[in-house]
Amino acid sequence: MPGPIQSIERAAAVLRLLARGSGHHGLTEIADSLGLARGTAHGILRTLQRVEFVEQDPATGRYRLGAALLHLGTSYLDANELRSRSINWADTLAARSGQEVRIGMHHDGAVLVVHHVFRPDDSVQTLGIGAMLPLHATALGKVLLAYDPDLSAAARRRELTSLTRRTITRTQMLERVLTEVRGQGWAGEAEEYMPGEASIAAPIRIPGGLVVGAIGISGAADRLCDSAGRPRATLVRQVVQAAEAVTTSLVDEN
Amino acid sequence: MQRFVMAIDQGTTSTRCIVFDQNARLVAVAQREHRQYHPRPGWVEQDAVEIWRNVDRIVPQALRQAGISAEQVVAMGITNQRETFVLWDRHTGVPIGRAIVWEDIRTEDLVAELGRKPGIEEVRDRCGLPLATYFSAPSLRWMLDNVAGLRAKAERGDVLFGTMDTWLIWNLTGGVNGGLHVTDVTNASRTMLMNLSTRQWDPMLLEFFGVPAVVLPEIRPSTEISGVTTRVVPGISITAALGDQHAALFGQTCFEKGSIKGTYGTGGFLLMNTGDELVRSKHGLLTTIGYQIGGEPAYALEGSIAVAGSLVQWFRDNLGLIHSAPEIETLARTVKDNGGCYIVPAFSGLFAPHWLAQARGLVVGLTSYINKGHLARAVLEATGWQTREVVDAMNADLGAPTPVLKVDGGMTADHLLMQFISDVLDIPVQRPLVAETVSLGAAYAAGLAAGYWPDLEGLRRNWHLAARWNPVMDAKYRENEYANWKRAVELTFAWARSSPST
Ligand SMILES: Nc1ncnc2c1ncn2[C@@H]1O[C@H](COP(=O)(O)OP(=O)(O)OP(=O)(O)O)[C@@H](O)[C@H]1O
Ligand SMILES: [Mg+2]
Repeated sequence: MPGPIQSIERAAAVLRLLARGSGHHGLTEIADSLGLARGTAHGILRTLQRVEFVEQDPATGRYRLGAALLHLGTSYLDANELRSRSINWADTLAARSGQEVRIGMHHDGAVLVVHHVFRPDDSVQTLGIGAMLPLHATALGKVLLAYDPDLSAAARRRELTSLTRRTITRTQMLERVLTEVRGQGWAGEAEEYMPGEASIAAPIRIPGGLVVGAIGISGAADRLCDSAGRPRATLVRQVVQAAEAVTTSLVDEN
Repeated sequence: MQRFVMAIDQGTTSTRCIVFDQNARLVAVAQREHRQYHPRPGWVEQDAVEIWRNVDRIVPQALRQAGISAEQVVAMGITNQRETFVLWDRHTGVPIGRAIVWEDIRTEDLVAELGRKPGIEEVRDRCGLPLATYFSAPSLRWMLDNVAGLRAKAERGDVLFGTMDTWLIWNLTGGVNGGLHVTDVTNASRTMLMNLSTRQWDPMLLEFFGVPAVVLPEIRPSTEISGVTTRVVPGISITAALGDQHAALFGQTCFEKGSIKGTYGTGGFLLMNTGDELVRSKHGLLTTIGYQIGGEPAYALEGSIAVAGSLVQWFRDNLGLIHSAPEIETLARTVKDNGGCYIVPAFSGLFAPHWLAQARGLVVGLTSYINKGHLARAVLEATGWQTREVVDAMNADLGAPTPVLKVDGGMTADHLLMQFISDVLDIPVQRPLVAETVSLGAAYAAGLAAGYWPDLEGLRRNWHLAARWNPVMDAKYRENEYANWKRAVELTFAWARSSPST
């Protein structure tokens, strides 16, 4: 077994220091208190700032605990913020693939659609922001299930509603598919949600790798899949690239 | 070898570099914010050198992200926050003080004084703009009057004036080593110094504001900039420049007379293309140049809203009630309506259609019931109602109702706001596939000039609908709310009248 990781221990010490007393400390104070070189302390503080566990007072330059620490369990990323940050890349995905794009987050045992871009053919379409989609029958949902152990455990306990002839209703089968999703880094689905329709999706991550949502395209099954019924490789690549671009834009901040 | 077009969007809060392909698809985007300085109440300044340094960083960054080389960039278009300008020493390239930003209201008293000067009606006729702190000329005059030795130095020809397009083009094309000192008609049309009919600096206007002609750049059509970068990434052709709102009009492909777009960033700006007709508003709108591609310009009517996204920023930074701008929507959704609360964000006075410099912001309708959710709603609704006032003015000037509003800018990511705008206008609101329409418009103009795109028709085919919001608000409710908003606006007039400075 590998030994303890020193930088994590040091980060924990920084957090403990900030959690007591005045709660506001300058870089030198923190470095001196913990016996760290200033450069080392600075690196740790910068990283903690990036994950929002620490904040820096813009006026004094002093550090304090970040608001994110207080609600660690609830939400990692505001849904409206995800829409704002991903809008350029969702547009680009729609333009490249010619398909409609959705971004989903988990909410209450379903996929909550937080962003929707129309299929770029100027046909009449209805904005689907705020809609709820089933987790087990959509590509977006499969991505969310695949990377959230609690969610997939809950799905195993529940009955999987059949929506079409092809909906996965056996938990064992779903389990196998989710393993595959983790292995390949994307999910697909053909006619499992609606006859004639298919979808492809990939995970959106925050620094550290945590999956916070999924981005995907949906459209006519014969457009999205090849003759063997497999999602087309070019479309899969476009979806995965869009997910990576959104992931990068989430890291980019600061 | 695949080829691309690049746009630099020098905005009020940040500078972006975006690379587009021939289908108008965004290939890469790099962005950096710059500092806002508020040395005194009402003063807003920026450091032009910081902005230049940001450009120096983001251009190579965008190329790297796109995985392309400079040779693959056929043209670069510059677009910028308008009216904001900087003065610099032509021999050293060093700015004289900071750039004065369009939101700055230090010239309030000067503007009142100039407003009493003979010839003021003539001024409006020639430049199409009402006298306001917003435009460059009063601030330029202020600089010449208040910076020791500046006027003499300027008259000797040692000082250059530039809106941000001019500043960047001068620097990109060599700076002190032969940098081009040019601007485009749309930017020039925002200074109050250009004659709308001749599209040249107007001697009467220069005389009125006391500005020496030698400081001013040469005015060119939007697509006749023709410079080549020698710095940052050398060898890229700069083929177009236009003000951000004009670029958005172009990027939305609002080429026909009567088509309207609304861009929601720091402020909100609605522009209507009026074609070859120079329309003088009777309802508080500005007359401006839409864009000029080749010989003849397309004119436009503009309704400017000074505070839109910046109210959200204020809510975040000055009140600290949210951590990021988009959280305003999350907070607003914690309540079902505004609870009777209205915010009129007259931070820089009120712009269109009121043009009341002395107005100041207010929050009305407070009761012990009001919580931060209601305030968040009132923040977003303020942008909706200001849009309604401007669209009413456009409809009145045109004598016909606007059928649909095309929108773009950062705030279009706000689903609640877009629905609200559709509701209060009672018309559909449409977002195109590229929310960065300002950059796209600059890229279009640059690409058109370089022959990358053949014609306007080709550009129009690139426009695709990404989202559409349809009105659902009950008519009676809407009119009642609008009446409340108007009462709130009137209160800011009353506040203005009672203030000692008037
Ligand atoms: N989801 C949102 N809801 C409300 N406001 C938002 C949202 N996202 C961004 N904003 C606001 O939009 C503005 C950013 O938009 P944008 O990037 O178009 O502006 P900008 O280009 O920097 O402005 P300008 O060009 O006027 O300088 C900010 O003022 C921000 O507060
Ligand atoms: Mg902008």
